[in-house]
Amino acid sequence: MIDFELTRVGTPDAAVQIAAATPTAQQGATVRFIAGGTNLIDYMKLDVETPQHLVDINRIPDLAKVEKQPDGSLKIGALVRNSDLAQAPEVLAEYPVLSQALLSGASAQLRNKATTSGNLLQRTRCPYFRDLAYAECNKRTPGSGCAAIGGYHRNHAILGVSDQCIATHASDMDVALMVLDAVIHVQGIKGNRTIPIGEFYKLPGTTPHIENALEPGDLITHVTLPALPETKQIYLKLRDRASYEFALASAAIVMQVQGGRLRHVRVAMGGVGTRPWRMPEAEHALEGQAPGEGVFRAAADAALKTARPHTDNAFKIPLAKLCMIRALTTVTNA
Amino acid sequence: MLKENATTIGTPVPRIDGPYKTTGTAKYASDHNFPGLLHAVPVCATIAKGKITGIDTAAAEAMRGVVKIYHYGNAPHLYRPIPRDARVDEARPAFEDENVYYSGQYVAVVVAETIEQARAAARAVKVSYAAEKPDNHLDLSDGLQEDALHEASKRGDVDAAFSTGAVKIDATYVTPVETHNPMELHASVATYDNGKFVLYETTQSIVNHRTAMAQMLGVPVENVQIIMKFLGSGFGGKLWVWQHSLLAASAARDLRRPVKLVTDRHSQFTNVGHRPRTQQRLRLAATVEGKLTCIQHDYSSETSILDNVGENCGESTPFLWSTPNLRVRSSMSHRNVGTPTAMRGPGAVPGLFALESAMDELAIRLKMDPVQLRLLNEPEKDESNGLPFSSRHMKECLTLGAEKFGWAKRNPVVGSMKKPDGTILGWGMAGASWGAGRMPTSANFAFRDDGSVRIGCATQDIGTGTYTVFSQMVHHITGISMGRIEVALGDTSLPPGPLSGGSRVTGSLFPAIQEAVNAATKQLLQIAVNGVHSPFKGAKVDELAFSEGRVYRKADSSASGVSFEEILRSANLRSAIGEGSSVASQQDPKAKGLSLHSFGAQFVEVEWDPGIARLRVSRVVTVIDGGQIINLKAATNQVEGAIVMGVGMGLLEETIYDQRYGHPVNANYADYLVPTHADCPPAIDVTFLDYPDKAMSEIGARGIGEIGLAGVAPAITAAVYHASGVRVRELPVRIEDLLQPITKNHRALFQP
Repeated sequence: MIDFELTRVGTPDAAVQIAAATPTAQQGATVRFIAGGTNLIDYMKLDVETPQHLVDINRIPDLAKVEKQPDGSLKIGALVRNSDLAQAPEVLAEYPVLSQALLSGASAQLRNKATTSGNLLQRTRCPYFRDLAYAECNKRTPGSGCAAIGGYHRNHAILGVSDQCIATHASDMDVALMVLDAVIHVQGIKGNRTIPIGEFYKLPGTTPHIENALEPGDLITHVTLPALPETKQIYLKLRDRASYEFALASAAIVMQVQGGRLRHVRVAMGGVGTRPWRMPEAEHALEGQAPGEGVFRAAADAALKTARPHTDNAFKIPLAKLCMIRALTTVTNA
Repeated sequence: MLKENATTIGTPVPRIDGPYKTTGTAKYASDHNFPGLLHAVPVCATIAKGKITGIDTAAAEAMRGVVKIYHYGNAPHLYRPIPRDARVDEARPAFEDENVYYSGQYVAVVVAETIEQARAAARAVKVSYAAEKPDNHLDLSDGLQEDALHEASKRGDVDAAFSTGAVKIDATYVTPVETHNPMELHASVATYDNGKFVLYETTQSIVNHRTAMAQMLGVPVENVQIIMKFLGSGFGGKLWVWQHSLLAASAARDLRRPVKLVTDRHSQFTNVGHRPRTQQRLRLAATVEGKLTCIQHDYSSETSILDNVGENCGESTPFLWSTPNLRVRSSMSHRNVGTPTAMRGPGAVPGLFALESAMDELAIRLKMDPVQLRLLNEPEKDESNGLPFSSRHMKECLTLGAEKFGWAKRNPVVGSMKKPDGTILGWGMAGASWGAGRMPTSANFAFRDDGSVRIGCATQDIGTGTYTVFSQMVHHITGISMGRIEVALGDTSLPPGPLSGGSRVTGSLFPAIQEAVNAATKQLLQIAVNGVHSPFKGAKVDELAFSEGRVYRKADSSASGVSFEEILRSANLRSAIGEGSSVASQQDPKAKGLSLHSFGAQFVEVEWDPGIARLRVSRVVTVIDGGQIINLKAATNQVEGAIVMGVGMGLLEETIYDQRYGHPVNANYADYLVPTHADCPPAIDVTFLDYPDKAMSEIGARGIGEIGLAGVAPAITAAVYHASGVRVRELPVRIEDLLQPITKNHRALFQP
């Protein structure tokens, strides 16, 4: 760990003002906000994150609330802890997929610390990104190469990959937020703005060090979930061990069954993409169809059509398909 | 003198060290702090093979709090341990030269006033290397060539027997590198004063640690004292000295200040040993009735470039089952990895994965029940040396285990045992064994005038219940309540005791404790008859007896007697003392001419959900023939823990190295998978047969630290086969393996 300055702020304005000094809000940021710290501190210990200035936002009032809005949407503050969000009555009642996703992630201790905004910005678990012993990592050091390609990449992404990066997006929560069409509210130097979650995450392409739409100074203040009609929801996570492990493949599904037909179908997957992966191809294949194994299989095939595996992670294609088929089967029977 | 009525032997006595651990008052090695203590942080090689071409410490030395930075260019001299005298698996002392043999090898160590300063400075040390391509390739076939193999055991003619065998299995099994991951990291707090070292260490063997440290530091052995009162587990990884201990002690001597070095989790995967990768070829042949006609077991294990520390996979093979023809041959394959070391059940555990997997495959080929196959091949004696077994009840392990498990209801057809929810049960089993025998030990014992007694021995409790077992044994011999018994372990100033390895401590202790108590009792009775103010003044020693803490005339009841503390007080003596010792089983006439082993049987149920390739172990029944159990609670806990470790070995554990660079890829608690609570089988049923092994001692304990892990992995893979039809010969069982039968039928699944 290198020396850094720590400032505790009491308002979003103060936070934004300090963070505006960083040349980038992406890899290499010199100012970072710290909330739960479960991810940032980890990477600071490994010298992967080297901010000179930490801005502690934990004391900003009103950011730890979950509130129903007059328009029926749910407002989730940036500092709401994962464990609190998972147990919030509104989430359990209307957005159970989010609760299930949160509870499938990390460990109880980590969920008690980790926050909503922190989880939105969770970095990849790619071992080559984490370890400075490897010179090659385009995400860590742009232009240096990718050690995962040609290295050990069993748990790397098969969707949205490039020749520069195949790092998997690690979050469970964000996969659920994808099917809930979450909106991310940001306060920046130029004022407030909203970013639909579908536009928040960037594909690695030739710039894997740029992971999201945040600019210097941007502070995520809260997330809103639009009101939903009554739906069936599920989050299914497959992994080697039963707990405390990132997904090999996970599926988040929101849907209605009306008159024997699937409606309002939203499908996203985790563990397979370089970002939380919404699957419009699968949604298209399912929308308006009568539920059944053939339809589910066709949806899974459509969703994984663009998969680009490497040697060790080809098994994720069948696994992801099984995951989606099982999730669809379970949720339609629920 | 044995009190048969008052004993706690075999009962579930709570641990006497429990309150210290639950209240945080137990002091572990790294909990020791002293005035002026410095902190050491190693700098680790970022290449796995090559040479150091330069070390630039200028920037680091200029940093706040840095006291000294050692490396091969300036470090005080360290020696190698005397071969076959002190045991150190990695014999090359750190900084011996500029060569790098494995990733993470210590290339420098920073000593600073605070841990933060030491860490920061360690990052600022600039090391340049001439790197070479490391050899980390996984295939160990180089060791399995005819000219590379060394014969370990042989009888009959395996080649002839195999070629004429009616039913045969010829298969190769692989176990991966597994890394010990005790909660407590390896640590050393070294103090040096007036030419003498007092070292607080994380060690399973204080006596060997002392010898080895003295030899490597180049000082007389009496100048080194090792203290280890509590250990946060070791699993074999803390049996022998590792380099961090030397770095701390050497720096403490050089700087004349105490030095603390706590290794980090990453170092657990590079600097302090691991269970090496093994590749094992098994050739079995049997008659159509299922009588084994030959077993051939050839194996190679990975080891480091400089050391020859192998995995003795053939430990159980020569005697486990009856066969007229047998050959076991071993070898090693050198790779650019840190030196491997013992891990719980070294040799036998990976060896039994191969042997018992092959037995399962043979049973299937014979269309025979795997329990029946083993019962049919029960040996009458140890066929490797012709000696009778001291106490072998393998048949009862198998039949009782089968009964408790409900094995008779097993439908042997693969995938046939479906549950209503669509999941499929798989049932598998395996035999187990682990060596037994006493190690030499000594102990001292004291009756004291405050009514307490003290037993002392330079062995250690590594978290398994040794303190409690000592107390129970003293209670058993003397009848004095456990609350009045002080147990002193973990300090080399006590009489030398055994290392905590090989499941040997409990079985080794009893004769020495008994002798020490007897000697002290004799002294106590002498005091009783000689003391001016003693109520027994003038009596003859052989007229007196001692039990329940009281001395009395044999003619009277024990209740009429006088307590030992009163006798001592009447003579103004602090204590009556005695020493005892016992030899190793090899020197014991009662054990000579016998083959000593523990045995067991493992029965495993897995639940297999083919729709999502999910597999979990749902039930385990274990029957252990481990001699007389001393503490049922601690013993059950040991075996339950071993079974959970077996689930890890079967389904999760594997240290992965990058094949290009030689660095471990998953060197942390999140990526190196061990079972979580959610992975523990919901039902674990442990039974001990409790037959005392009189070749061990009068009390008949053998030891149960390792046997519980033996046979779990092959029972799991047998169950996996029974459920899914997938035979996994390379551990751990992975989702990729389990997807095979699903994707075979649905090729389209694999297409993007």
